Amino acid sequence: MKRSPQDTEASARKITRRGLFLGGLQVSFAAMLVGRMRYMQVEQADEYRDLAEENRVKFSLLPPARGLIYDRNGVLIAGNEQNYRIVIVREDADDPEAVLNRLRKIVWLDDADIKRTLDEMRRRSAFVPVTVADRVAWEDVAEVAVNAPALPGITAEVGLSRSYPRADDFAHVIGYVGPVSDYDLSKLEDPDPLLQIPRFQIGKSGVEAKMELDLRGSAGTREVEVNAVGREMRELGREEGRAGDNIQLSVDADLQAYVQARLAGESAAAVVMDTQTGDVLAIGSAPTFDPNKFVRGISSKDYSALLNDKYRPLAAKPAQGTYPPGSTFKMVTALAALEEGVIDPGETIKCWGHIEVHKRRFHCWKRGGHGPVDLAKSLRESCDIYYYDIAQRVGIEKIAEMARKLGLGERHDLPLSAIAQGLIPTKAWKREARGADWVIGDSLNAGIGQGFVLASPLQLTVMTARLATGQAIYPRLVRSVNGVETPVRNDGPLEISTSNLNAIRDGMYEVVNARRGTAGRSKIVGDDLRMAGKTGTSQVRNITAAERARGVFRNEDLPWERRDHALFVCYAPHDNPRYAVTVVVEHGGGGSKAAAPIARDVMLQAFYKGKPPLEAYPSNQRGTIQTRQRDIEEMLEMPHDERVKAAEGRA
Amino acid sequence: MSYLEYNVKTVPTGLRKVLHLNWSLVLLLIAVASVGFLMLFSVAGGKMDPWAMAQMKRFALGMFLMFVIAMVPIWFWRNMAGVGYLLSLVLLVLVEVMGSVGMGAQRWIDLGFMRLQPSELMKITLVMMLAAYYDWLDIKKVSRPLWVLIPVILIMLPTFLVLRQPDLGTSILLVTGGGVIMFLAGVSLWYFGAVIASGVGLVTSVFMSRGTEWQLLKNYQYRRIDTFLDPSSDPLGAGYHITQSKIALGSGGWTGRGFMQGTQSRLNFLPEKHTDFIFTTLAEEFGFLGGASLLTLYVLILIFCAVSAFQNKDRFSSLLILGISVTFFLFFAVNMSMVMGLAPVVGVPLPMVSYGGSAMLILLVGFGLVQSAHVHRARQK
Repeated sequence: MKRSPQDTEASARKITRRGLFLGGLQVSFAAMLVGRMRYMQVEQADEYRDLAEENRVKFSLLPPARGLIYDRNGVLIAGNEQNYRIVIVREDADDPEAVLNRLRKIVWLDDADIKRTLDEMRRRSAFVPVTVADRVAWEDVAEVAVNAPALPGITAEVGLSRSYPRADDFAHVIGYVGPVSDYDLSKLEDPDPLLQIPRFQIGKSGVEAKMELDLRGSAGTREVEVNAVGREMRELGREEGRAGDNIQLSVDADLQAYVQARLAGESAAAVVMDTQTGDVLAIGSAPTFDPNKFVRGISSKDYSALLNDKYRPLAAKPAQGTYPPGSTFKMVTALAALEEGVIDPGETIKCWGHIEVHKRRFHCWKRGGHGPVDLAKSLRESCDIYYYDIAQRVGIEKIAEMARKLGLGERHDLPLSAIAQGLIPTKAWKREARGADWVIGDSLNAGIGQGFVLASPLQLTVMTARLATGQAIYPRLVRSVNGVETPVRNDGPLEISTSNLNAIRDGMYEVVNARRGTAGRSKIVGDDLRMAGKTGTSQVRNITAAERARGVFRNEDLPWERRDHALFVCYAPHDNPRYAVTVVVEHGGGGSKAAAPIARDVMLQAFYKGKPPLEAYPSNQRGTIQTRQRDIEEMLEMPHDERVKAAEGRA
Repeated sequence: MSYLEYNVKTVPTGLRKVLHLNWSLVLLLIAVASVGFLMLFSVAGGKMDPWAMAQMKRFALGMFLMFVIAMVPIWFWRNMAGVGYLLSLVLLVLVEVMGSVGMGAQRWIDLGFMRLQPSELMKITLVMMLAAYYDWLDIKKVSRPLWVLIPVILIMLPTFLVLRQPDLGTSILLVTGGGVIMFLAGVSLWYFGAVIASGVGLVTSVFMSRGTEWQLLKNYQYRRIDTFLDPSSDPLGAGYHITQSKIALGSGGWTGRGFMQGTQSRLNFLPEKHTDFIFTTLAEEFGFLGGASLLTLYVLILIFCAVSAFQNKDRFSSLLILGISVTFFLFFAVNMSMVMGLAPVVGVPLPMVSYGGSAMLILLVGFGLVQSAHVHRARQK
């Protein structure tokens, strides 16, 4: 389009005028930038140069002291101890490799240490200190300090590291801490900056892991001036962090130590619970391991030894392990039947050693049979036929309902790693999980705690405590956090009639105290401390018809892995329950022989808060008991790693 | 001398055009880019890799592009303005739909050999479009509301898309660059008064909307503003860049620590030392004199552009030249203010110096247009 010359001229003039104005603005802005630059680089240069050169300001995070863990009486279970470590900062070491080689002349380092340090330095920013050696002796630290001029970038730091004075005793309860791994970081949405501190330790299992946020505390910050060699000139500011909260467990450290010593040599679990408060007083798992090794960095040899041990020392058996409860489940079946009114405590059922249901033969453990059996006798002598019968009458749904009421099949909320839910089967469960219909044989097996039924020692303890008190008691492992008590949970009376509960309790009393009781050998002498309990022997194998024909196998003749699990649940005193105890010995054989004696020892220990008097044992056992007490006392005085050997020798 | 006294001489043809390029501008650009190579060489610890070599190759490509564009008559480019604008707009929509996600913001299309940022392209095509628009528009109509509304829409459309990516730095550049062309074209000053007033209103609403569901900026942008206003509030987090940048810059002094002697930038205090924060390295190693010299080079480029624009009697050409030089100005003004702690960290590179392909290529394309306008201008006897 054509434009008149006047327009063109006017436009050009306007552009020039406004363009000049704009140019003026631009030039003034540039001048302002020059001014600002001059101000920063000339007027304030000294200030900035100080900051940058001689005295670079450094911020560092101060790791808070991790919260301590105590037992119920204030005995320290997890503490922090000072340790010296040597760190290197890449930006301060001109030639890290040369510096490290010079350091080698003072502190013992192997090639792997050097390589790891160099790798880590390459990965991290130049100003991040990288740990060269941990747990360095004070003498070495002093020598490093003297040689500081030859070792630019090297400093010694004093830090706190976790220590477990009770070593093996609490490995499965409080777990252990370890350095933050990439995997840990990947799990967190917004990781605490603390976790970036090299070798910062966080809980990896047990209470340490589950209560990490309580225990960790929050970071402090420190602002220091350091000179070019990295030496700190002065501290500019410091803001202390908040130490982690201290935790008090409900566990009694001495009882726990006793339980661990008593279980040593077996693959076993034991739980002691206060029936009134639900406090877990001891929660033992054998074999065990030393969590301190994990904190310091366990050698691969030690670690694979733990992994390959057939007794599975790393597993926390009391809460994580599930077992067919065997006869210890009979109280559940019986209570379900009583509550439904399908049987009366006095009613008798004939036991001929086996019954036939749908052309399948179900055997009682006693081949010859028990004859007429009523409720008390069925518990006392643990007759299976009685329970086959009443399980058919009451049905699996009612049994499952009762089991749930008593705390089985429920994942109890304790701060432990991997709490097992166990399994209380129902018809719906089987259809869904196994894709098959419930058959009557399943009810029979469930009635004696076999088949699909699975429970953890912890759940069995809760069950026993609830049977003993008739209250919906829940377990409690943490008594208080930072002095604030964790509330006891008790949902009040179970909806079970007292007379039916009493019938069961009487049966359990007879198990231990009657002449023909299966745990008669494990009774406690003394009127004020009678124990009630129930043995259990759970099969880990099927007895084939051929085996039965050849004669019942003795457990001792079988390889260890195929022997029965031995179980025993009990509470005492029978008329005023205070403690509930469960002992499970994996592949231990019969509950009466392998589990009940341990449970009795533990119960007495809990009761007397120390070594019980010999008078509590039947007179004909006192000799052996005395020997055992002495053995365990000796064992408790030994360092932890020698106890297992001692236990093996004892066995 | 009256404007009526000049005669149109034939514009040079063929290879003779090369002689008529604005060679001072070419030399200035080479000088600025060389500063960049030097700094990239230095931050890499005295090595050509990974940055300096790649940057040189890109610069060579950019210079080639500039010459090619300069050879094509300016009226061709004027006719292409609309097409270029629409193309950039389509590409911007495309990144919305399918662009790769980088640094939490969608900004580029992967072309295989390079990553194209349509928002960079838009910086030039928007200037072209607006210059062409005012070239076409009857001068008397320039300030009429309807004819003001059209360029406003032309500016706001890409700005909105860029803001959604979200790229605050580029949207500021687009709005300011576009606004400047409107100002130069002679739009009444009243409009600008009104815009400034509503701008103040917008800033207020941006802050008022914070924390509500319809907040206008991303959280990280608010944090950057926060730390700009008070860098010490978060010395290890977001304020770290600004604090470290100021320390590095301030410690340079009059003459700096010397080439490759800067401690702050070389010790990795600055994570983006080769891109947005490269000026701190220059200021630390060459001090106030180095920084001021670079700034002088920049200002000289602006002056040469302005002179070329004022000499040019073609309305499209002068608006285009001034528009591109203002875009160039905005690049270094925003970047330097940011580095010196005068503006929040918005992610604008230092033009021709910072490592990065898109921005450099686009600026050289822009200068190609400036050269084309210069070569093909009407000449006075």
